[in-house]
Amino acid sequence: MVIDTVRCVGCMDCVVACKTENQVPEGYNRDWIAYDVQGTFPTLHMEIRSERCNHCDSPPCVHCCPTGASHVHDVGGVVLVDYDKCIGCKACVASCPYGARFINPDGYAEKCTFCIHRVEQGLKPACVSVCPTHCMHFGDLDDPNSDVSQLLASRKHHTLMPEAGTKPRIFYLT
Amino acid sequence: MQELTITRHNEMIDPVLHIWSWQIPVYLFIGGLVAGIMIISGYFVLQGQYKRNVFSCFYLPHISLVLLTGGMTSLFLDLEHKLYVWRLYTTFQWTSPMSWGSWILVIIYPVLWSITLIRIPEQFQGKIPVFDRLSALINRHPQLIKNIGILNMLLGVLLGMYTGVLLSAFGARPLWNSAMLWMLFLVSGLSAAAAFVHLITTDEYERELLAKADNAFLTLELFVFGGFITGLLTSTRVHIEAVKLILVGPFAPYFWVLVIGLGIVLPLTLQLLAVNHKVKHSPVPPLLVLAGGLALRFVIVYAGQFSHWT
Repeated sequence: MVIDTVRCVGCMDCVVACKTENQVPEGYNRDWIAYDVQGTFPTLHMEIRSERCNHCDSPPCVHCCPTGASHVHDVGGVVLVDYDKCIGCKACVASCPYGARFINPDGYAEKCTFCIHRVEQGLKPACVSVCPTHCMHFGDLDDPNSDVSQLLASRKHHTLMPEAGTKPRIFYLT
Repeated sequence: MQELTITRHNEMIDPVLHIWSWQIPVYLFIGGLVAGIMIISGYFVLQGQYKRNVFSCFYLPHISLVLLTGGMTSLFLDLEHKLYVWRLYTTFQWTSPMSWGSWILVIIYPVLWSITLIRIPEQFQGKIPVFDRLSALINRHPQLIKNIGILNMLLGVLLGMYTGVLLSAFGARPLWNSAMLWMLFLVSGLSAAAAFVHLITTDEYERELLAKADNAFLTLELFVFGGFITGLLTSTRVHIEAVKLILVGPFAPYFWVLVIGLGIVLPLTLQLLAVNHKVKHSPVPPLLVLAGGLALRFVIVYAGQFSHWT
């Protein structure tokens, strides 16, 4: 996924769409908006980002899961949780430097799935499909001709906490 | 300057991680204590002390079985999806320390049972015939008894190490992400087990020996603490910030007073005086060591959750 921080206005449509589409329990969020202000007054720079699970290439949540409930999906390397295998030990929650996971009131670990149920039907994730500024792009990073690959080839971008070594796969255009 | 504001407030995650409460520190403490007990009772069995009525061979393994079950119960209470706990034993995830731990515990139970069967306490003899038969079988093979002692020591070391590795494998929590943590928890577990025997045994020889051993373990623990703190202080900014939580931050009073002062320095001083016959042995130093070991797990688990990468 590629998110254009220049276009994002923090309207939270993506947050509402995710909660509705995935019936996220009240009081919890699979995605959220971050306002990141950096610099020294008066030279300040603000970046608005729509954040969620980074579906890392080296996912510590998958590595630490004792039952294999957290796993990498065959399609697109999406990191998912099999709720019927999850024992609610919370190791995956502790292992995520992004705080992207939470424990559902029913006891299992929950997080962004990139709306895999929609993607498998050829649709885009709910957050991408509702974004009014079209700042979010979803596609195949391995395909050099895809929309997301083209954007990454032509624009400056960064990932979140690359120093944590998890190889996040959500890229923010700047 | 960097100011980050997020529109999320997930329970147990924000504003700081607090997913693990008292159950995990208690589980880690009991795990370390049982690990230390296995090493001590294994050593006594290997030394042939089971031929005498010493506490470490006669009652300690039985107590450790009860303790281990208590620790496992504490871990079970922490699970959020309790009815699915059996899923741990339908797979082995080699990259997951928790998976290793759950299988290690499966091996530890029969090994602990075998050491309890070397000597069945008088009041239990004849109650369960199969245990009496197994005990008689074990006692017909002195080499088997030695092997049981060695196996207990080896698995004790593995269990003690595991309690530390479980936390240090979490790279996202800088305070835990230290290669010294397993050693710290192993030495602390040994110290707690020595204190436990010192506290309960009525055998003078055992008490004196374990008090001396505990002094060595406590001294070693101070050195390991030195390595643990130095390692984090000379690492990246996030690791320095993490260790400051226990050195000068919100967890510092608990760390310096409960863990270092009352948990190590004071009992070490009192026990040094006792083994040099300046003062009489008393239950105070071992009780302080046990409380200090528990406080160590609480401080590390709570402060570790507080530490983060941003």
